[in-house]
Amino acid sequence: MKVLVAVKRVVDYNVKVRAKADGSDVDLNNVKMAINPFCEIAVEEAVRLKEAGVATEVIAVSVGEKSCQEQIRTAMALGADRGIQVETDAGVEPLVVAKLLKGVVDKEQPQLVILGKQSIDGDNNQTGQMLGALANMAQGTFASEVVVDGDKVNVTREVDGGLQTVSLNLPAIVTTDLRLNEPRYASLPNIMKAKKKQLDVYSPADLGVEVTSHLTQVKVEPPAERKAGVKVADVDELIDKLKNEAKVIS
Amino acid sequence: MSTLVIAEHDNGSLKGATLNTVAAAQAMGADIDILVAGANCGSVAEAAAAVAGVGKVLVADNAAYEHQLAENVSLLIAEVGAGYDNIVAPATPNCKNFMPRVAALLDVAQISEITSVESADTFQRPIYAGNVIATVQSSDAKKVITVRTTAYDAAPAEGGSATIEALDAVHDAGISSFVGEEVAVSDRPELTAAAVVISGGRGMQNGENFKLLDGIADKLGAAIGASRAAVDAGFVPNDMQVGQTGKIVAPDLYIAVGISGAIQHLAGMKDSKVIVAINKDEDAPIFQVADYGLVADLFDALPELEAKL
Repeated sequence: MKVLVAVKRVVDYNVKVRAKADGSDVDLNNVKMAINPFCEIAVEEAVRLKEAGVATEVIAVSVGEKSCQEQIRTAMALGADRGIQVETDAGVEPLVVAKLLKGVVDKEQPQLVILGKQSIDGDNNQTGQMLGALANMAQGTFASEVVVDGDKVNVTREVDGGLQTVSLNLPAIVTTDLRLNEPRYASLPNIMKAKKKQLDVYSPADLGVEVTSHLTQVKVEPPAERKAGVKVADVDELIDKLKNEAKVIS
Repeated sequence: MSTLVIAEHDNGSLKGATLNTVAAAQAMGADIDILVAGANCGSVAEAAAAVAGVGKVLVADNAAYEHQLAENVSLLIAEVGAGYDNIVAPATPNCKNFMPRVAALLDVAQISEITSVESADTFQRPIYAGNVIATVQSSDAKKVITVRTTAYDAAPAEGGSATIEALDAVHDAGISSFVGEEVAVSDRPELTAAAVVISGGRGMQNGENFKLLDGIADKLGAAIGASRAAVDAGFVPNDMQVGQTGKIVAPDLYIAVGISGAIQHLAGMKDSKVIVAINKDEDAPIFQVADYGLVADLFDALPELEAKL
């Protein structure tokens, strides 16, 4: 069974991103970039499926500028067998990413596509579900457990108040949540090996997809700042403040 | 202009998130209908019809929609939504699951988690864990939108008298099925709807110590949450997570215990009306957003707080 994993290059988790002074966009100059944390969990899950003998090949795909090859190499260092970059400008919308991934799905015919549930830059939480609709595949979003069983996959999902399990016909889409697994670190020998793995580059035209834009970012601005309040000396003062000043408890 | 609001419900009751979404739809200035997709969901339809400002409630009551499987529900919404300018749903885990499918079926973008309606085609939404607010303009004729419910006060649940119309459309994609669920039964209010939330972080040290929050939550009628660090460490389940990738809450009172205040956590709670932080590290970033900060060992402060409330 072939598994396709989508990875996205995003600002590192620890960076506090700010709006540019002119409000045109966020300031990403000299900011550390990394693989999106949820995509890392997706790669780990695919590699574990291969180690368990369920998957035969793991292909890492990323949509973006040439620099995203770095994240594809990271995925290959973690165990993906080969990589595909779909070359576009930065900031392509989720709907277009989903169409491009659909193009890759048509070419590669994977039985399972694993993506992160959301990227920590746009916070959209859309691409996996959109790909599901475009490819007419079932989806198991926000997954905390994935069990392949013959021509079906059972996905346990994080829902309000607990967990839900669904059974999906293969081929299917899975998007990862936090507790699905704990990704490994890439070893130095594997990082070296990853440099020699196959990485194909496609253009949107190769996949028959036209890159369109549905949304325009008019401006970005910092959120309303919360002012730091006061420190209270002890529990008694805290209760007094909450009762008599903030009036939020009685 | 017309707006279709997708009801959040569990077949038995209409969830409050729907009311916040109706309020957002009102800000769009269009006529509002509500779609209820479920099975044996008549009582939900009646509750939806009572919501102030709603014209019509459309009910698709069929076994195919019982668990609101995304593959089936998205086909229904795309079909029904064809006649509307806006299709709007709360940004709950349930609606986040199927709304992007609806958008893709209609070949339009989705605008996720809006916090403000600027005009008919322009919206604000937080990005980068809420560190930045983006204003986005859509060029799509039809808009698929999810609403960050904490940004809108609930529309009145009573006072409306919408007509209820049954839909015959049955869409069963036949590619997925419901197997089961494990939903924790709790007497506490839901995290996203509670007036008071008390959350624990890595400082709680283990899952057992979360019991220290129970007594206080009981006295305040609070829901209990957690930081991602506490979830990552395996102290508590993920559905308790407050933050960028968990739940977004904005209660009247938020008490952060043993939480350092990573930006990803702040993203989920900084719109709370009053924030209390209890942390023994006086330099913890959480104090920068807290209205009241108590520098103390939580293992001393929590029992004292519980006793004195």
